[in-house]
Amino acid sequence: MNAPALQFDGVEKSYPYFKLANVSFELATGQIMGFIGPNGAGKSTTIRILMGMVLPDRGAVRVLGHSMPQEQALAKWDIGFMSEEMRLYGYATLGWHMDFVAAIYPTWDARYAATLLKRFDLRREQKMKSMSHGQHMKSILLLVLARRPRLLVLDEPMTGLDPVARHEVLSELMSAVTDETRSILFSSHHTQDVEQISDQITFIDRGRIIESSDKESFLDRWRRLQLELPTGLQLPVLPGIVDVKSAGGRLAAVTTNAFTPALASAYQEAGACVREIQHMSLEEIFVAEVMGSRKEIVA
Amino acid sequence: MHSSSELLISQADGRPMYLQLMDQIRRRIAAGDWPPGHELPSIRALAADVEVSVITVKRAYLELEREGVIVTRQGKGSFVASGVDLGTELRRRELDEHLTAAAQLALALGLSSEELEARLREIRDELAAKERS
Repeated sequence: MNAPALQFDGVEKSYPYFKLANVSFELATGQIMGFIGPNGAGKSTTIRILMGMVLPDRGAVRVLGHSMPQEQALAKWDIGFMSEEMRLYGYATLGWHMDFVAAIYPTWDARYAATLLKRFDLRREQKMKSMSHGQHMKSILLLVLARRPRLLVLDEPMTGLDPVARHEVLSELMSAVTDETRSILFSSHHTQDVEQISDQITFIDRGRIIESSDKESFLDRWRRLQLELPTGLQLPVLPGIVDVKSAGGRLAAVTTNAFTPALASAYQEAGACVREIQHMSLEEIFVAEVMGSRKEIVA
Repeated sequence: MHSSSELLISQADGRPMYLQLMDQIRRRIAAGDWPPGHELPSIRALAADVEVSVITVKRAYLELEREGVIVTRQGKGSFVASGVDLGTELRRRELDEHLTAAAQLALALGLSSEELEARLREIRDELAAKERS
């Protein structure tokens, strides 16, 4: 087994109104990790620590085998970083930026850059200030991808892109990992994109990692059970139930994050009829998870 | 690099993506587009082509292997199993799934087996009549 592409171990960082608490997770080489969480959950802080831009109070971070932030200069040769806040020089052309990056990074792949220009429908001669938001984002991504970095760290790369541009970007990210030595960590509010291309999902809320596991087993554990209860039957209390929706009538919808066939049998045995067992999209899971943990706080 | 398997994932389809993939691969085999012994795209190539995660394709292949629809040879790749008339078998399995769903509904409605059979016969006759006209 290869060394992980990145590793967080017990990382903490306190700010006056926010604390990143005991953040631990790792991304295996060759995989794509979707990093999700509500606004202000700590995604960007985590990514800044990962990139050596913020010093953690405690804990260890290793990226591509290098200790961060001590060895960040070495690590960064092989990391392609992009955030939605980045801006290129408005008065320079995309071609100028391409030549600039090519002059710094020996791994620059001019042929791949030319292919990306075509696929992203961009022009070398165009000045950045005359580009749309989507073109600007795609330009940054082109500059990052054409270096062929071993690790891509993308903070909200899909924000503000139209459906066609998003499709182009997703498709390029997938092609980037056909080579098993490359890995991607990307944060996004677009749960559909995350669900589609991630091998692993890491979920952060209020500075804590709630979940970090492979996507298939993560999605598999969450189900919604549609139940029909005989009149007068109280819904039995079973473990692993995150949410119960019932209008007090005979129908109830139960959400679980620990589904096993035994759960359905337990409801049957208690006298309820299981009408349907539904899979949930990452979007639904996201909302259920965050709403669930907020309820706990209020209670 | 783009092998263009023409498989497609729909976000409007409520089922998990690995099930959608399995379904389409089965259909491709049942239709004879992918005959026994046909080599399936590599996991990473198919993932890039369909734009779904590697782990999703891996899971679809693993489940298909468990069903005996495909075989994976270490280091060589995955191939359509050389089963006897996989097409018919797959269609029969599909029929069973639909019949199971129908039987479940009949149970919920409190229909007897005879009533369900009678209804099925009626529907068959209607279809046959339509075909004749």
